[in-house]
Amino acid sequence: MRAPATDRRPWTFYVLAAVFTLFVLFLYGPMVCIYILSFQGPNGGLTFPLNGVSIDWFGALFHQQRTGDIAGAFSRSIPLALIVLTVTVMFSLAAGLAFRRRFFGAGLIFYVAIASLIVPGLVLSVGIGLGFQMLDLAPRWYSSALGAHLSWTLPFGLLIMFAVFSRLSWSYEEAARDLGASTWQTLRYVVIPIVFPGIIGVALFGFTLSYDEFPRSWLTVGPYNTLPLEIWAMTTNITSPALYALGTVTTVISFVVIAAALSSIAVIQSHRTRRRVARERAIKSGS
Amino acid sequence: MKLAIPTKAVPYLEVAPLAIVLLFFFVVPMAMVLVASFFDYNMTGIIPTFTLTNYIDLLTSRTTLELYLETLKFALIVWAITLVLGFTIAYFLAFHVRNPLIAIGLLLLCTVPFWTSDIIRMISWIPLLGKYGVFNRALLELGVVDSPVQWLLFSDFAVVVAYVHLFTLFMIVPIFNSMARIDRSLIEAAVDAGAGRLRVLTEVVIPLSKTGIALGSIFVITLVMGDFFIVKIMSGGRSASVVMAVFEDVNLLFYPPAAASAVLLLIIVTLIVSFILRVVDVRKELMG
Repeated sequence: MRAPATDRRPWTFYVLAAVFTLFVLFLYGPMVCIYILSFQGPNGGLTFPLNGVSIDWFGALFHQQRTGDIAGAFSRSIPLALIVLTVTVMFSLAAGLAFRRRFFGAGLIFYVAIASLIVPGLVLSVGIGLGFQMLDLAPRWYSSALGAHLSWTLPFGLLIMFAVFSRLSWSYEEAARDLGASTWQTLRYVVIPIVFPGIIGVALFGFTLSYDEFPRSWLTVGPYNTLPLEIWAMTTNITSPALYALGTVTTVISFVVIAAALSSIAVIQSHRTRRRVARERAIKSGS
Repeated sequence: MKLAIPTKAVPYLEVAPLAIVLLFFFVVPMAMVLVASFFDYNMTGIIPTFTLTNYIDLLTSRTTLELYLETLKFALIVWAITLVLGFTIAYFLAFHVRNPLIAIGLLLLCTVPFWTSDIIRMISWIPLLGKYGVFNRALLELGVVDSPVQWLLFSDFAVVVAYVHLFTLFMIVPIFNSMARIDRSLIEAAVDAGAGRLRVLTEVVIPLSKTGIALGSIFVITLVMGDFFIVKIMSGGRSASVVMAVFEDVNLLFYPPAAASAVLLLIIVTLIVSFILRVVDVRKELMG
């Protein structure tokens, strides 16, 4: 029931709001704890209380031998995530356009994409590892791991594109074509600007899913680890707050990417709202 | 020169890049796993001769049954918890938050952690649940217990906490999507016809959110059944999962038995997913 805004809220609202608040605490609370603990003093341990405050553990990440090659892992994970982002955006946008029409095999490709989304990442990793072994190819982060990540980000991209295109009416493109636009111009100046917020969404998924992916990277990165594999190695053999410091650094990078994506979507949307309001006002004053 | 592409060919050209990537990095690798599951092996590597030994060993071993029961136990517990929690949160966002922009904002608040590392989010429970962690300290301070509670970390409890923490989002988003599409006038009609809050929920909202519930269930169940690192770290090595066994076989370079248990897992997961799909047609929902 949609009550008028002045009505009192039912008691269920307060119960559900409390559940929601607790859930958000449950989501963020533990993460906040490790960000705090990563500033542990030099003699501090893995749990509270803080034994002084320092940034020693961040230094330990990049200067100690036993923490592994963290700088190198970043120098591979970030370019890999950027390549995955670019390819995911281009391929899923194109495929999303294809699925707006009927074509032979659409159902099959759809089900393969869904299967690729839900197959256990480790099993896929084994499959790609075996394939490269049988073809006598050496797995590398820019070949086998790139493919492994794409098999996971492309289905996500495709589903987002379905959601975006299901709301896009054909009439915009028909209008553009009636005004003499070529297919390419219609795509470039009409379709892409309209679906651009969705494209940013796909890019965000492409980057973050690749940047944090561990199971699919396991047998596919080759001799040089990406970041999640370094983190995995650390969880099994490092028992110092350096692990938390790494968690903080990698999460800061994720947060920067998320903030950039979400704020650019927000800017585009508010720009559109402003233009619409201005246009409506102009029409009103004109009549 | 203008390149003329026949209109009929356009969708095929558009879908080709995605289809080719999925062919080479999903279909072919899965075929590789299937082929390898019939190969023999020894300490030095894979021997490409046809054998059913891997499957016979797998299906006659007690460990297999125990692993599946263990994995299914976690899948059921986590599915039940995330379903109730995810449904409640989606219901709150879709029906109780009046401003749709705020609802989207709150949904994003739940989504942001999904875009960060799941290993880091998992280990962030260690300082909370550990023997000298936050919860144990609080319990000791309050005098609830005399000595630190041992079962908080490195236990089934910790595994379930981590799963719920990481996977509830996969329930919230699809259920919220279904609920957002429910025509509000249906609910008004039900209320006008005299239905109470509970009847509106059970006879209008739940039936109309079933595609979201089905999608969320598929995600959560396949994620739990495909996991190995959460169960390894959070149980402290005390519990195992089916994929954990695959992981350990591959670490010993025993590819064929690893492949056989992967194939068995895929068959079981496919059966579960197709059972859910038989109950609810999800494709319509996804393709709009």
